[in-house]
Amino acid sequence: MGFSLEGVRLTHANGFHALRGVDLHVAAGERVALIGASGAGKTTLLRVLAASLRPTGGRVRLLGGEPWVDSPRVLRRLRSRIGLVHQSPPIPPRQRVVTAVLAGRLGQWPLWKALASLVLPVDPEGAARELARLDMAERLYARCDRLSGGQLQRVALARVLYQQPELLLADEPVSAMDPALSELTVALLNEEAVRRGVTLVASLHAVDLALRHFPRVVGVKEGAIAFDLPAAEVTEALLRDLYAAEGALPLAGEMPGTPAPGLPPLRCA
Amino acid sequence: MSTPVRDPAALPRLGWTLLALVLLWPLLRLTDFRPAALFEAGNLQAMGHFLGGFLPPETAPEFLAMLARATVETLAMATAGIALSMLLAVPLGLLMTRSLSISRLGPGRGGWVGQILRGLARGVLAVLRGVPELVWALLFVRVFGLGAAAGVLALGITYGGMLGKVYGEILESTDARPARILLEAGSGRLAALCYGLLPNAAQELVSYTVYRWECAVRASVVMGFVGAGGLGQLMDQSMKMLNGGEAASILATFLVLVLAADGLSGFLRRRLA
Amino acid sequence: MRAGISLGALLAVALLLAAVGASFAFLDMPLGALFTGSAANEAADFVKRFFPPDTSVDFLAKVAWAALETLAISLLSTLLAVLLAAGLALPAAGRQGWLAGQVARFSLNLLRSVPELVWATLMVLAAGLGPFAGTLALALHTTGVLGRLFAEALENTPAAPAEALVSSGAPALATFLYGTLPLVAPQWLAYALYRWEMNIRMAAILGFVGAGGLGAQLYYSLSLFHEAEASTVILAMLMMAVVVDGVSAWLRRASA
Repeated sequence: MGFSLEGVRLTHANGFHALRGVDLHVAAGERVALIGASGAGKTTLLRVLAASLRPTGGRVRLLGGEPWVDSPRVLRRLRSRIGLVHQSPPIPPRQRVVTAVLAGRLGQWPLWKALASLVLPVDPEGAARELARLDMAERLYARCDRLSGGQLQRVALARVLYQQPELLLADEPVSAMDPALSELTVALLNEEAVRRGVTLVASLHAVDLALRHFPRVVGVKEGAIAFDLPAAEVTEALLRDLYAAEGALPLAGEMPGTPAPGLPPLRCA
Repeated sequence: MSTPVRDPAALPRLGWTLLALVLLWPLLRLTDFRPAALFEAGNLQAMGHFLGGFLPPETAPEFLAMLARATVETLAMATAGIALSMLLAVPLGLLMTRSLSISRLGPGRGGWVGQILRGLARGVLAVLRGVPELVWALLFVRVFGLGAAAGVLALGITYGGMLGKVYGEILESTDARPARILLEAGSGRLAALCYGLLPNAAQELVSYTVYRWECAVRASVVMGFVGAGGLGQLMDQSMKMLNGGEAASILATFLVLVLAADGLSGFLRRRLA
Repeated sequence: MRAGISLGALLAVALLLAAVGASFAFLDMPLGALFTGSAANEAADFVKRFFPPDTSVDFLAKVAWAALETLAISLLSTLLAVLLAAGLALPAAGRQGWLAGQVARFSLNLLRSVPELVWATLMVLAAGLGPFAGTLALALHTTGVLGRLFAEALENTPAAPAEALVSSGAPALATFLYGTLPLVAPQWLAYALYRWEMNIRMAAILGFVGAGGLGAQLYYSLSLFHEAEASTVILAMLMMAVVVDGVSAWLRRASA
């Protein structure tokens, strides 16, 4: 029930080739880290896996279904089984944490439940449980615009954990957190995947985090797979080649390209 | 892990919802809210007959000539009304502007005469725009008789109040230093206005006036409902005779006129920006 | 500052003056008559009849009731308009495809271009005389105005939260309520309050065509040549306008 990509290509409207023929087969329960320089195509790849971007070529099979072949209803049901942690938390600033977390199951709830939950949260215990795992339980009823970038990122993570997806995807889920918290959070993602036996794919900017926590590491370079190896077999030469454009290897200790006080929270215009 | 605290917003939300429901009831009663009235046989028949007459719209040459005349009258009413309102707005707006006060330059405390005058101007403007233009029109129709004159005066008075207030605000919010320097150098208020304030404020002033002209077109369309000429008067007559065909033609003219005024005003303001 | 005045500007000013002159000429304003002795006397007599305003308790109670009715009309119509406008703004912002967008835009333009008073005359025909017709009329026009503003706010809102919910399989309505509404709500609310302010003024005159509120009372009093009563009603309108102005200015300062 994992997923498989065969010759997946994606060209943006402006002619940029984001993915140039990606083959990737991942079995159910595998845990895979995506690494590579910024702009290599990690985010695009994850969004294709989340069935939210339609590739311009190739074949996508996710959890036993083909998202772009079936009807919209089937696509919607498939999407509700896939959870993607976004790099910048896609949460409205004026929403409360509890509502933001409960929104994870909107794809599984009947509409009446979604409406009722807006008035009075239907499952605050469930939301609190996921938040507690991220050490955020006491902010259950806080408003999201009162949180720091790292806290907001944990709320977004709690939402996806609450969704309980069969395919757990994460796009740089710790970019706004300090090294210690990053370590804990990546460990938590892995623990969740192992405990529930689901597939996990996470892109990480910090190479050491990826190598320490994931059995399988995929290097992405210029929209294609550069290597796909067990973590132990990833050599320094491979990494140097992967990050040739950036100069140095990005490590969890010093994360270049991360805005210091966290990502700017979404602001309503 | 402790059980999560109860939702702190639950009780206030319940309270506000109940309050809203309690307030909604008198609202529905006061406005006599009966959607069923729309489907009563008598009303349905009247409306159906009237709407049925919409097609085809009236296109008899003499009616179209009347329509054209009323349209021109409406536009003329709006234009003349704005011109009249500026006669009121410019002096009162200037009177309101603190940046042009000589007594505020000091030394010593600001002149009380100036303050009283400014307060008075503010009050006059508030009364002028506080009474809706249609009420003014209704009153003027009684003095000048039916026709566009009442509409022009009504527009002039209400829009004079609005324009005067906004002119004053625009002049207040523009950089006062150039005017201040001129006043300190001993120039008169008019010179300070022309060389100190206007260069920075002119664009905004003109833009707002154009916008008000657009509003005036909308307003003069309905002036006729109280007998003050223009398209409204024609519409009123057609409605009273339940002549659907004529009403349809007039409504179409409304749409074209309002959209054209909208477009022209938008175009002019973009050109100015 | 500009160097001199361009030929175009000169032409524009000339055109403007010509338009104003033509307008006055076309309308054949009897402005001169205003300053002739007899007309001025007549006008002065007319004004005199408005003083003093009628302050009998009976009539004051009537005016207060009419003012309350005016307030209710404005409030309920704005409320209805917000609901209708939200429903039309979503397709108008292009969220339900091109065709639905064009249809919604056209309906909003139509609703907006027909003035409130014209809607009122139509609604009096459809729902009978009274405040209900006024409520419907104001609601229809306001729907057009708010719908356009709401759609603009929607178009300028970041789409990421809604897209994230869609990609987790959320249905359309839930996506809107959880992902988009929290983002646009403050702006929508500000627009709605601004329109409510305008609707209070408008509700006061809808009565001229039989749609309830203070206007109905004014029209009635003037028709019966009870000028003292009319001046009480006008004062009530003035008071309402001043209060609304003050409250909204205060609210804007408080929220800024």
